[in-house]
Amino acid sequence: MTDEMVRAENVHKSFGSLEVLKGIDLVVRPGEVCCVLGPSGSGKSTFLRCINHLEKINAGRIFVDGDLIGYRERGGKLHELKEKEVAAQRRAIGMVFQRFNLFPHMTVLQNVMEAPCRVKRENKNEVRDRAAALLDRVGLADKIDGYPSQLSGGQQQRVAIARALAMRPKLMLFDEPTSALDPELVGEVLDVMKDLARDGMTMVVVTHEIGFAREVGDSLIFMDGGVVVEQGPPREVIGNPQQERTQAFLSKVL
Amino acid sequence: MTTETETGRARPEAIKAVPVRHPGRWVAIAVLTVLVAMFLHLVLTNDRFNWRFIFVSMGEGKRGAMFTGPVLEGLRGTLLLTVLAMLIGVGLGIVVAIMRLSTNPILSSVAFVYTWVFRALPRLVLAILFGNLGILWERIGFGLPFDQQIGNLFGIHDLNAQFYSIKATDLLSGFLAGVLALGLSEAAYMAEIVRAGIQSVDEGQSEAASALGLSRGQVLRRIVLPQAMRVIVPPTGNETIAMVKDTSLVAFVPVTFELFFQLQAISSRTFVVLPVLIAACLWYLIICSVLMVVQFFVERYFSRGYGTAGKARMRLSGLAAEQGGAAPTPGPGGAGI
Ligand SMILES: Nc1ncnc2c1ncn2[C@@H]1O[C@H](COP(=O)(O)OP(=O)(O)OP(=O)(O)O)[C@@H](O)[C@H]1O
Ligand SMILES: [Mg+2]
Repeated sequence: MTDEMVRAENVHKSFGSLEVLKGIDLVVRPGEVCCVLGPSGSGKSTFLRCINHLEKINAGRIFVDGDLIGYRERGGKLHELKEKEVAAQRRAIGMVFQRFNLFPHMTVLQNVMEAPCRVKRENKNEVRDRAAALLDRVGLADKIDGYPSQLSGGQQQRVAIARALAMRPKLMLFDEPTSALDPELVGEVLDVMKDLARDGMTMVVVTHEIGFAREVGDSLIFMDGGVVVEQGPPREVIGNPQQERTQAFLSKVL
Repeated sequence: MTTETETGRARPEAIKAVPVRHPGRWVAIAVLTVLVAMFLHLVLTNDRFNWRFIFVSMGEGKRGAMFTGPVLEGLRGTLLLTVLAMLIGVGLGIVVAIMRLSTNPILSSVAFVYTWVFRALPRLVLAILFGNLGILWERIGFGLPFDQQIGNLFGIHDLNAQFYSIKATDLLSGFLAGVLALGLSEAAYMAEIVRAGIQSVDEGQSEAASALGLSRGQVLRRIVLPQAMRVIVPPTGNETIAMVKDTSLVAFVPVTFELFFQLQAISSRTFVVLPVLIAACLWYLIICSVLMVVQFFVERYFSRGYGTAGKARMRLSGLAAEQGGAAPTPGPGGAGI
């Protein structure tokens, strides 16, 4: 393991003529929780999706645990990785989406077992035990045979977290995991995430939960207009923002 | 009559209201009853229907028209044609749909041209065309393409690099031509149905699956297609039922191993027209009913985890309730036909 779990160097990303990321730099160390804040449309989701190569970046480099994501550098030239190699890189990176994206045609247990069984071709019985243990850990031991449509939003999101964890990732990406939830369901998901953080999981969390960022985050970046406007320890950035745009944003969400 | 609740407040009496009357329904029932009676009267008393001819016996020592040997053979032919043509249609349709959605411009334009051509040509024309394709080649075989031309280039005039070949007219005239005409045409329609199904699946599904490290093929097979099936199955049921009826077109290939041709043969032999047509209708009704039952179970399988049909029924009854009708209790989840 290197001492940098995520390293982004001058990352640029455009959709057509719209430049969404204009040079993002970021380092996340193993075991750290990095929270990403910023107004809507600032490119937070896009950046997160670049980290596991769901989006191709136009310039810059992203490394996860020392591996260049999406490309191979040989003789000063970048070669695109084959689909299989990209898939292999993604196995080590779990992702949790705002809208859960559970597979509706599978039971909760099948959702969690799918990737370890299909991708890693692990022993089915072992995977089942592990999946059941994970579901127990997120407090859903009794919902194992239910379908996602029978669960509340908070429960669905906890299944999504268990599903990502089943691949034993070294990095977890969260894209506004609680913003599609009713207020009283937010807590149960944040609790699971806090538990993960305590266990030493490296996490990059896009969130509007300032309380979570302050309490759990080891570092915080504030993005606006495709650039990192301010970064530092969460308490300092939230308690004493230096930049005008950060102040304006925080005054709205606090 | 009231009961005391814990808070001490009286629980109001349960509502026993007079339900809204539906006089229109009674009128409709009366009209329908008369119509059904008239129909039954016609069917049972008019001896031109000749039910005996249809069910019991066409004449001395013969079975009824529906059950004679050639007609049952024809029925087998129709079912076989339907199954084979739909297998080709669904299989190739999925391939064409995936090609159409591919980012590879060559694949997607090949798929586009395929659907364009085969949707444009009437099945009847295709059937006749395929029956006559044998004229184009003397023999059809597997081997090196352009073998004779390559041979000529090197001065060998009778190079034959075919591993296996068969006289084209033997292969194409008849059943295979019929199956191909129907199957290839069906694939074009199925491709559009499958494409609509695939596109109906939320983008987030394939994203979540690829984020887990599933390969593109796995995402398609395990995540996208099973969900697309919910959208694909009902129109595919339509297509299958339409195919049962379109098999009668292969008579023009010509293929005689087919239900309607065999029944018509009876009517041209015996000059009995109407009962034979009725016999054909009955067979098609029976096949169609069986297919509808199959579709019911297939739909129920693929809607697991959704309960959409149940929800749709609930929505409908909610609508009825809004308009003053009684809301029937929704049945257990599962799909209707
Ligand atoms: N696939 C795409 N094609 C074109 N434009 C896109 C695409 N995805 C995102 N964008 C644009 O990129 C910009 C940044 O989007 P992004 O989703 O990263 O914002 P965000 O910071 O996550 O916002 P939010 O808080 O609302 O989720 C937006 O202007 C959006 O319209
Ligand atoms: Mg976003």
